[in-house]
Amino acid sequence: MDGNMEHFTQTKSSARADAASAPIKVDCQNIDVYYGDKQAIEDISLQIEDRSVTAFIGPSGCGKSTFLRCMNRMNDTIESAKVTGKIFMDGANINDPSIDPVLLRSRVGMVFQKPNPFPKSIYDNIAYGPRIHGLASGKAEMDEVVENSLRKAGLWEEVKDRLPAPGTSLSGGQQQRLCIARAIAVSPEVILMDEPCSALDPIATAKIEELIDELRERYCIVIVTHSMQQAARVSQKTAFFHLGKLIEYGDTERIFTNPEHGRTQDYITGRFG
Amino acid sequence: MLETFGHLPVAWLLFAVLAAAAFMAFYVGRTQAVGIARGYTSQLNSQPNYHGYFVAMATIAPAAVILLIYMMFGESLVRAQFASELPERIRALGDLELGQYIDRISEHATRRDATATGNALFDAASDRYTDLVGLSRIAAILLAVLAAAGGFFFGRSRLSGDFRARARVEDGIKFLLFLCAAIAILTTIGIVASLLFEALRFFSRVNVFSFLFGTEWNAQTGADFGAIPLFFGTFLIAFLAMLVAAPIGLFSAIYLSEYASPRVRSIVKPILELLAGIPTVVYGFFALQFVAPIVRASATWINGLPFIPDGFLAAQPTSALAAGLVMGIMIIPFVSSLSDDVINAVPQTLRDGAYAMGATKSETVKQVVMPAALPGVIAALLLAVSRAIGETMIVVMAAGQRAQITPDPTADLTTITVQIVALLTGDTEFDSAKTLSAFALGFVLFIVTLIFNLIALRVVKKYREKYE
Ligand SMILES: Nc1ncnc2c1ncn2[C@@H]1O[C@H](COP(=O)(O)OP(=O)(O)OP(=O)(O)O)[C@@H](O)[C@H]1O
Ligand SMILES: [Mg+2]
Repeated sequence: MDGNMEHFTQTKSSARADAASAPIKVDCQNIDVYYGDKQAIEDISLQIEDRSVTAFIGPSGCGKSTFLRCMNRMNDTIESAKVTGKIFMDGANINDPSIDPVLLRSRVGMVFQKPNPFPKSIYDNIAYGPRIHGLASGKAEMDEVVENSLRKAGLWEEVKDRLPAPGTSLSGGQQQRLCIARAIAVSPEVILMDEPCSALDPIATAKIEELIDELRERYCIVIVTHSMQQAARVSQKTAFFHLGKLIEYGDTERIFTNPEHGRTQDYITGRFG
Repeated sequence: MLETFGHLPVAWLLFAVLAAAAFMAFYVGRTQAVGIARGYTSQLNSQPNYHGYFVAMATIAPAAVILLIYMMFGESLVRAQFASELPERIRALGDLELGQYIDRISEHATRRDATATGNALFDAASDRYTDLVGLSRIAAILLAVLAAAGGFFFGRSRLSGDFRARARVEDGIKFLLFLCAAIAILTTIGIVASLLFEALRFFSRVNVFSFLFGTEWNAQTGADFGAIPLFFGTFLIAFLAMLVAAPIGLFSAIYLSEYASPRVRSIVKPILELLAGIPTVVYGFFALQFVAPIVRASATWINGLPFIPDGFLAAQPTSALAAGLVMGIMIIPFVSSLSDDVINAVPQTLRDGAYAMGATKSETVKQVVMPAALPGVIAALLLAVSRAIGETMIVVMAAGQRAQITPDPTADLTTITVQIVALLTGDTEFDSAKTLSAFALGFVLFIVTLIFNLIALRVVKKYREKYE
């Protein structure tokens, strides 16, 4: 146990060293999350770089989704959840009571495990966010936003002739790209993705991964995944979680070739989890 | 004779004996199966218990069938035999009188405290009738016992290592379940058929079109059968009821499923559903005693206002408005409970999606949750409408009897259900156009509510397919 703790602090300092190169978009400091009396996240501090992809990996139930949801305060919608600690985004603490989560969420988009298009047309699915945030004035501008978002999500060619069709009429992979386009439409700064490919086949997955790679140039992306290959392919940084703790965080390449922590090694080589 | 055994009714005794036979057969069957398996029950195609069930089934099923047949046809058999033994003089009476004569005898014969009447022929006939009934009972019971024994041995003879006892038992149970379903369906068909039959008799006397499109209703004197005023009253009251129930029911459903804390929900929801359990007659006198006077007083007050012409509102002691308001309260739980279910069935991921886009709670409810739940909500409203149209007690007590077409809700109006009650209570002859018109009205009512229900069910089904 002692050895573990020692190792843990060591990893943390090395994570900082790794991260020194690029500007920091999200700076999480001493985050704890409780569901009722149960602690799901224990004192996690982690800095996420802008214009890069950060992958969260770890065994099921270790708190990846919970931690991800801290960054757009989605945990507020869960009655029993309580979050403490500070998360700085561009210098402002988003956990501060003066921050309106509704505004925050227009800056931090989220894509879910299961595609969840709204019961509206393809067009209205994309237009929904811009509409509620008043981001487009007039039909022409909205058309442009919709087209741009769909293009960025690589879906435009497939749906441009059926924009009035319901979003649910698309295939699973298309629906997921629709949800990504929907998130992009409000021009967020950060995009959170919680296992975005777990309901998709390899071809649709490859498309989404390609898309993530393109989006990296403009956005700060955090992705939760259970696929080691996916994490290795798309991310620049990887964070390994275990039982609510951050075990190791650093450059993806290093984590996958030369992990410092025994648990990380065991997990990525498939020996537990 | 043979009605009771000691103080026990024979029917109960028979039931106990059959149950005991079933138990015995079960143990015999199971023991035999265990014997066949010689300790290796996994060698059997089916578990020993199923062999037991099979033998028990083979034992009681034939006996039950025979007893059922006796219950259905036993009496007519006895009567036929009895009639054939009567003296020529009485048999020549003709069917109707003969039947009445046998009725009197059987009534006398089956009375516990029957004493001799002094009429020698009647007493003798009565004794003979008692004997015949007793004989038929003994015969039926004997047959049942024989059938049970036969079934028992047949069942045992079938048992073997690879006998598929479980499949047979499941077939038997499936058949039993099918019978239960068939009884419900047949009853419905029977009701519809009898309604249709009587309605057709009515339409052979009164033109269908003058019934459906006539505007004069005067059935009590047997003159006019134009049902439009009744349809009008029915739909006006249902409309008033929906005016109350739709918004209140819907908003309480939204509150319960989206805003209420689990604690509040656990208290409010059962209370709302309690409304559905109040007997409609209680709503009826609430409408009559409490709401109708208020409606009347308000109407009178409005009539007294300046610039309002005298008698602008009818202000009757019973009124469509009073009935509609109370009916609306009654159907609130139908709307709220069903809508609450559909709103809850909207996947949480949709709400999360909207919140993650930065939608507020009310935006999420209005623009994402409600559109997703809309088909189910419409279905709930349709079911509530069909409930309102068929509701009887409240309108009988608080709506009135006058068949008229007026948009004034403070006037007394009558509805289809009120007229059916009025036509069929008191002295009625079942052959007059007046009485038959009640069946025609019932038939129309049935068709209308059926259509509403069918549409609602279809909508719900489509909605289910989308989210599962
Ligand atoms: N709404 C909730 N209420 C109570 N406990 C929760 C809730 N959501 C998650 N938890 C608990 O918090 C812990 C972390 O859950 P979380 O969903 O963050 O795990 P995860 O790493 O995303 O797992 P997976 O890979 O299976 O998605 C788990 O023990 C889980 O049981
Ligand atoms: Mg998760």
